[in-house]
Order: sequence, then C-alpha cells, then structure tokens
Amino acid sequence: MSTNLSLAPQTDPRDRGGRHQPMLIVRNLKKYFPIRGGTLQRKVGHVQAVDGVSFSVRKGETLGVVGESGCGKSTVARLIMNLIPRDSGELIFDGDPVGLEQGISLRDLRRNMQMVFQDSYSSLNPRLPIQDSIAYGPRVHGASRTDAKKMARDLLDKVGLRPELYGARYPHELSGGQKQRVNIARALALSPRMLILDEAVSALDKSVEAHVLNLLGYLKRHFDLTYLFISHDLSVVQYISDRVLVMYLGQVVEIGPVDSIYDRPRHPYSQALLESRLAMDPGERIEEAPITGEPPNPINPPSGCRFRTRCPFAETICERAVPQLSGEGVHQVACHMADSSSGHTKAGMTAVH
Amino acid sequence: MKPGAKVNRSEPLVEVRDLTVKFVSRESTVQAVNGVSFDLMPGEVLCVIGESGSGKSVTMRALMRLLPAKRTKIGGSMRVGPHDILSLSEHALRDIRGSQISMIFQEPMTALDPVYTIGDQIAETVMRHEGCSKEDGLARALELLQLVKVPSPERRLKNYPHELSGGLRQRAMIAVAISCRPSLLLADEPTTALDATVQIQVLVLLRKLQQELGMAVIFVTHDMGVAAQIADKVAVMYAGRIVEYGKVSDVLLRPSHPYTLGMLASTVHGQARGRDIEAIPGSPPDLRRPIVGCSFAPRCKYAVPACLTAMPAPVEIGAGQYAACIRTGHLDDKVEAAAIA
Repeated sequence: MSTNLSLAPQTDPRDRGGRHQPMLIVRNLKKYFPIRGGTLQRKVGHVQAVDGVSFSVRKGETLGVVGESGCGKSTVARLIMNLIPRDSGELIFDGDPVGLEQGISLRDLRRNMQMVFQDSYSSLNPRLPIQDSIAYGPRVHGASRTDAKKMARDLLDKVGLRPELYGARYPHELSGGQKQRVNIARALALSPRMLILDEAVSALDKSVEAHVLNLLGYLKRHFDLTYLFISHDLSVVQYISDRVLVMYLGQVVEIGPVDSIYDRPRHPYSQALLESRLAMDPGERIEEAPITGEPPNPINPPSGCRFRTRCPFAETICERAVPQLSGEGVHQVACHMADSSSGHTKAGMTAVH
Repeated sequence: MKPGAKVNRSEPLVEVRDLTVKFVSRESTVQAVNGVSFDLMPGEVLCVIGESGSGKSVTMRALMRLLPAKRTKIGGSMRVGPHDILSLSEHALRDIRGSQISMIFQEPMTALDPVYTIGDQIAETVMRHEGCSKEDGLARALELLQLVKVPSPERRLKNYPHELSGGLRQRAMIAVAISCRPSLLLADEPTTALDATVQIQVLVLLRKLQQELGMAVIFVTHDMGVAAQIADKVAVMYAGRIVEYGKVSDVLLRPSHPYTLGMLASTVHGQARGRDIEAIPGSPPDLRRPIVGCSFAPRCKYAVPACLTAMPAPVEIGAGQYAACIRTGHLDDKVEAAAIA
C-alpha cells in the first residue's frame, strides 16, 4: 500500500485496505422483484427496483442519496445491508468482497455497517427496555452482560438521553425524536465504521430534526464514522453531505460533490428536483411547476433513458440508447446531452440552460 | 345553487373566537386547543403552521365538526358565512359539508372510497348538494378532472382510487372537494406525503384554483416553505395557541415571536455544513397538564420570570401582525433579561 507517511496518524487501526481504499464499493447492483399473478402465481413481470447501480463511499465522508419515492434508494440500502438478497452485482467493504469465501463474512459486515430506519417505533422491540435493545447486539456478538449494559448506558449518554432517566423505559414511553436517538445508539453499539441512514430524520418535526442532525454530526466526528444518508429532503441532504447521488427509477443519473450538484446540476432530472424546492421567502414563489407528471411505473420503465418521458429535452436518441454515467473528474452524469458523441442536438453544451 | 353568491365580500367569511377543544377520557383530559381566535376574509389563504401536537389539525376538524362528539368538548364560537358551526344540527352539517366547507387530507387513499370509481364519487357529491341527475353529475365530474389537470380525464373517471398514483389521487380528492364550489376549503397537509416535484405541481394547482374560484383556504402545514409558497396570512401555533399571526411576508421574513424565530432557525435551508443548526432546546409541553404562563417559556432563550405568570395576550407589532409574547420588540435586550434571571 503506498500510504503517505503524513497520513499515517489518520489511519484507523480497523482499516484493512488503507485510508484511500473506499469504505464501500457498489458495482452494478441489481434487484428485480418478481410480480406474481394468475391462479398459479406465475411470474408475470418484474419491478426493476434497482438496475445497475454503481458508486463508492469514501472513508469518513457522507454520501447523500436523493430521489423520489420508488426510485430504489431504500432498496439500495437494504441490498447493501444484505437484508434482501441481490440478483447480481458486487459489494466490496474496505477492500473485502462481501459474501465471497475470501472476503468479509455477513456477520463481520453487519458489525461494521449498521442501519437506522425511518420508522423509529417499529424498529425497536416494544417489549424490551431501551437499554436492553441497545445491549442486544453486543450480547449476540459475545460481550458479557455487564459490559453490554455499560456500553448501552454510555451510548445513551452519547446520544443525549440520560441513562438513569431513560435506560429502563420502553419505546412507547419516548417521543419520536427520542426513539430515533435510541435507534442511533443501537446502531452504534457494535462500534461500526459506517451507518446507513434511511430517511432517518424524515418523520421528525423540524425542531427535532435539527437536534438529530446535530447529533449525527457530533457522532460522526466522535466515532470517525462514514454515512450513507438517504433522504427525499434536498435541503437536509445539502446540509449533511459531502457528495450527492441522484437516483431515478432504479438508476444513478448524477453523482458528484454536493456544491457541484447543487450549484451546477447537469441532469435535467436533478435540475427539476432542485427547482422544485420551496423557498422560505414568499417573494420567490414558483409560478409554474418545473416538471409535469410523476415517475413512470418501474414494472415497465421507458426504453433508453428512463427520464425521457418527463424530460423537456428528450429526442429520438434518448429513446434508443441508455445513457451511461460519464464525465470528467468527480461529477458524473448519465445524460445524452452531457456526452458530445451521443448525437443529441444539445450534446456537448456545458450548461443545459 | 351557488353558495358563493351568498358570501359578503367585505366581512370575514370565517370568525373563530376563543376556540377550545378538550379530549376527555377516563385517564386524562387533553387540552388540545387552548383559546384560538382568528378571522378569514373571503378568497384569502391562511396557513396554519405548527409541529405535531400543536393543535393545528384539531382546529381544522373542529371547524367542520369532524371530532368524535362523545369524547370532545368544544368551547368558544365558530362562524362560517351565515352558519354558527356549534349550533348546527347533524342534518344541517351534512348540508354544508362539501357544499360550503370542504376538506382535503394528507392521505387521499383513506379519504376516497375504494369501492367507487373517481367519477361516481365526484358525481355523488354534486348530486347530493345540487340535486342534479347522474348524467349531469358525471359531466360535471369530467369538467372537474379537467380543471384539476388530470391527464386523459375520460379514462380516469372510470378508475378506482387504487389505480391512480399518489399525485393523481390527490388531484381527484381536490376535484371532489371543490365540486360544489365551496366558499371555504380546509386543507390538512395535502402535499406532505408527495414527492417534491409532485408537491409543487399540487401547490401551484391549488393556488390557481383558489384564485379562479375565489375560495378561502385554510391550509395546515408544518413546512415553512409550503406557507411561503401558498399563503396570504400565516398563523403559527404552539401548544394549542396561536403565538404569531400576520401577513406571510411579515411572519416569515420579520418574525417576532421567539418560537417562530426558533422554527425558522432550526429549519434546514442552506445552513453552512459542519456547523450545528440552531435548534430549539427541550420539547413541547404535556397538554394533559394545565399550563400557567407562556407555554413556550420553558424552551425560550428570551424568557424572564414574568413570562411564567400569565399567558401573554397577542400584541400588535405592525400592521396586522400579532405575537403573543410579552417581550416581543425587546428580544435583543439581553442585559435586561439576564438581570432579571
């Protein structure tokens, strides 16, 4: 490994692949859910939930994932956690392929990578006091009862819930924000390297959301975590992310550094999504919706570019060929207009509008 | 029948005075709404902003008397047009629901009847209130679906709710709600469950319909951005009370109640990365217990001992802008606050 000496102090002893080895590489991930119908429950089609998604998450960064409901962002999260089996594709965690004999085992993957869900109540066991819920993971992974309990109480303290006051409470005795803090504490109980936050703040009131976002920032610095932050809220993603990935109908349409995406979105979908954001100033009202219609059904997605049915710039090439994710440097986009050799009349123009 | 014709344009369409709503059960009494008063002019859009439990949806349901009568105690008075809502009989209520006051909800799937087609549901409302034939009702339904910009409306008339996407269902529910040209539309977070690109389509549509039909709208939301997009007036609710009220530009750009200030500061919109968001400490009060003094005082960084003695009355700050805070206008006099505290 050609590790620079000056970087040595930053290297985490848990790193297997070195500081510059991405924490997670996702390659060509695919998941089609079968649809069954008829009297014999035969397969009658597929929901193409995730179709060839590739990206990587660097160590210590927050990668934001945005997209509308049904775009496959939560399915990606579940595939990465191996909560559902993938049809094809590769996952590489810190240099080790997941699920292969020479790679990292599922058990070790889940020790290193944990997930926080949107529904804070249904993800906690209603019959367990919250400190027992948090201690459950460490117990399963071999910690003694006293160690696990001490760890749980330390974590409760870290997420801002006083253990002597809250430790013995049951989930129904907590507010939504407090339950989400417990979920975060539980996710941290195995000292993971990476957290997947699937709409983790979306169900919370704005003032509670602010607290939880501050907490996530603190925990990231304190535990040197890497986040995959999935949300439909573009403002929250802008605030928390270093890089942003935009998904549409099971595919990545754009990925890049957060400021680059927010200031100079290149995919027409990213542009429409950002223009749909509501300003806080009544003087800046949107008079005309930036885009019409809704995402089409992923059972039978449009040929070629999946966005073409809603895209104001669609041409025949968009119908015929699937645009590939490309672009110089770190900001990549899957649009024929960004590819000068595609044959799209607007191809090669740096700014679309 | 044109209920809109009965509306006097120069006096308020809605007058709510000192509305209180209590939910009574064997274990406890929840004081959900705690003395809410406001006026609404015909054709005006009022946004009620508040977090969960602030009483915003309960106020809406009280206005339409949709709360379970056995477990609810409503006090104060509510007038919509010529009707005193609290004194109406069940029969009279059924007459004005849908024709004069309509409501749209966050979840259209539960508001629409799953076993009737969209066309039948719109036609039923029109037939019930305007006494026309089924043919006329269906013709009206088609017009309405065109009005709410449902693509290929002829086909959609024959669709059941589950066959529509979220955005189309929301449009269908709006079509049912406006089918008899109500003078007042109550909208309870109708765009919260929608995606950003669809939400803006529905907001633009609602604003356009409101202007074309001259409807007054009370729009409940927790999202300051939605209020900025659609409101003329804004009422900010906290713990069952209106803490600030005024023109949308005044309240959102020149807020004067500490809670409004806190809400705006804690809403994520372009804050610097890596720096903490200014969040309001603590959590809302337990509405099962009586609150003495300002309900926001325990979380307020400007609070002084006097805040805890009595609920502050609304103070007029500028033209038509009110804040229920004894310190409003002097919030920055921190020296004074520190001295008393």
